[in-house]
Amino acid sequence: MTWLETLRTAYEALNTRRLRSLLTVLGILIGIAAVILTVGLGQGASQKVTDQINKLGSNLLIVSPGSVTSASGVRGGRGSATTLTVDDAVVLSDPAVAPDIASVAPTSQSSVTAIAGNANWTTTAVGTTADWLTVRARTVTAGRFLTAADVASGAPVVVIGQTTATQLLGPVSPVGQTISISGQSLTVIGVLNVEGSTTGGDQDDLAIMPQTTYSARISTTANPRSVSTIYVQARDQGSLSAAYQETVAALLATHGVQPAAADFTVSSQQALVDTVTTTTRILTVLLASVAAISLLVGGIGVMNIMLVSVTERVREIGLRKALGATPSVILRQFLVEASLLGLVGGIAGLAIGLIGAAVLPGMLGQPVTISPIAATAALVVSLGIGIGAGVYPASRAAKLPPIEALRSE
Amino acid sequence: MTAALEAMVVEPAGESALLQLRGVTKTYLMGEITVQAVRGVDLDVQEGDYLAIIGPSGSGKSTLMHIIGCLDIPTTGTYTLAGIDVAGMGELQLAQVRNRRIGFVFQAFNLLPGMSALRNVELPLMYAGVSRADRRARAVRALERVGLGDRIDHKPNELSGGQQQRVSVARALVTEPDLILADEPTGNLDSASTEEILGLFRELHDSGRTIVLITHEHDVADQASRVVAMRDGQAEVVR
Ligand SMILES: Nc1ncnc2c1ncn2[C@@H]1O[C@H](COP(=O)(O)OP(=O)(O)OP(=O)(O)O)[C@@H](O)[C@H]1O
Ligand SMILES: [Mg+2]
Repeated sequence: MTWLETLRTAYEALNTRRLRSLLTVLGILIGIAAVILTVGLGQGASQKVTDQINKLGSNLLIVSPGSVTSASGVRGGRGSATTLTVDDAVVLSDPAVAPDIASVAPTSQSSVTAIAGNANWTTTAVGTTADWLTVRARTVTAGRFLTAADVASGAPVVVIGQTTATQLLGPVSPVGQTISISGQSLTVIGVLNVEGSTTGGDQDDLAIMPQTTYSARISTTANPRSVSTIYVQARDQGSLSAAYQETVAALLATHGVQPAAADFTVSSQQALVDTVTTTTRILTVLLASVAAISLLVGGIGVMNIMLVSVTERVREIGLRKALGATPSVILRQFLVEASLLGLVGGIAGLAIGLIGAAVLPGMLGQPVTISPIAATAALVVSLGIGIGAGVYPASRAAKLPPIEALRSE
Repeated sequence: MTAALEAMVVEPAGESALLQLRGVTKTYLMGEITVQAVRGVDLDVQEGDYLAIIGPSGSGKSTLMHIIGCLDIPTTGTYTLAGIDVAGMGELQLAQVRNRRIGFVFQAFNLLPGMSALRNVELPLMYAGVSRADRRARAVRALERVGLGDRIDHKPNELSGGQQQRVSVARALVTEPDLILADEPTGNLDSASTEEILGLFRELHDSGRTIVLITHEHDVADQASRVVAMRDGQAEVVR
């Protein structure tokens, strides 16, 4: 018997049991669509949270002067010491020393009074380098940010936050205006994007200037090279811990101290990242389990329908054998039947999963990420179950003497 | 195809009996109890015979018939079909014997539901590898022969019992087998349908086919050229 003939026979058999075939297809379809959508939702949510953290500048390490002194981890005198200098930042920027560090921004900051015309406003002056913008994941909405040239020459320029701009200059376009900070005239060259407040204060009320300008004109500390914080950005989330190790090692070496006597503290949003990573991992595992269970339930449903259908058809198998069908011809028919059901159900399930992934984000406000691995696994598992459950009992029935099969109820 | 299969199709020389049973028994195991359905049957059926097997219910007629039809295997004893021992045949050979040599008419019709009379009759030809066009022509001819030329597209549930049995007779004779086996083919039919079916068997017998038929009824057995009576699993030649 040719394959075409087998295909026709299988189609005929499926068409005879239209409702049952439909239910089997439905079982496979739902299993696959469920896996695609649940895993997609989990990964989408995970992606969304990670994106938000990345926006906060999550690959960030914060190096502060001072050290952890107590066993409970309470930091003693953090930020009060003046052990960090711009030279430390230069060391950390060296890719040979710290290959996992993407950018370094030493910053010093203090509260200052800014004056423009009649307006005066207390704001935070920040002396830093051009890398600050990327390290803190900010952008400028008007003008430009500091450049390396500004920093090298100690240019009298400043980039201000939206709040600072509104308070000092009102509706006037800030770029090109001159403001006075601690008696120093600085030209506004750019305005930062609106970020809102974080634990670090109002991120829109800042006056950012070159580190050199700050230390020469604003700083009140004894050592003008000292900085209050060095922001270090790792290449990505994966290299964060490597960047952490490199930072600690480089600073210990530069300062010539033992780890126990470290005169600086490297902290990070690691804690937050860890929590979120753990949470999203739990979420993904949870959703994947739900998906796996739905696949299992769908698979058992398919298995059930197939088993019942084949058991009911043992008589048919007996009759076909009595009429001259060989066991292999019967097996081929059932294989083709199960594969047809699996194929139709699998393709429909994929289609519905993809349609759902396109439609659901609009309805739920949740992103859905299609995972090819989950989709493939779902397809393979449901096809495997369908074919296995269809072919195994058929192969057993095909081995019976025809009359035994014919007599079965 | 194996040499054994080729040899099987060729008529062996010097053997006149189409089928030959020697000491055939069939024992069913029902847990602790064993049921001896057939207890040592010796039987020869010559080419062109028309044999009726009669006997009371439970005497082992169907069991014997299934063995003759290669649908079941004897527990002990030998069964030789056209000179070849059936016990030595593999699944492939058995399938081919059932397909080419034997046409079986079941008491319960055993038509596949959901398929037209034509497709049902085509089934054995499909397993024989006959081309579609050829298959259809032969199936139509077989259905016309049993007087159902106008019902070829009817499904079994759209046919009367007598018509369904005629479809199954058409299915049995469509491959032109040497041997037609019928297990109470008229058991479920009224007298008019019975007469039609018996008429068909007479025609087949006249055209040289070997027929073995099981029946309860003596006037059906009277149609046959030979009669064997079964009682408690044993066979006895009546005439
Ligand atoms: N599959 C089976 N398992 C166990 N016992 C069986 C089986 N098939 C038949 N028998 C037993 O074998 C005996 C013969 O059965 P068989 O069907 O051959 O009788 P029969 O002569 O055809 O009867 P009837 O005229 O009622 O059809 C019976 O006692 C029956 O119970
Ligand atoms: Mg019987």
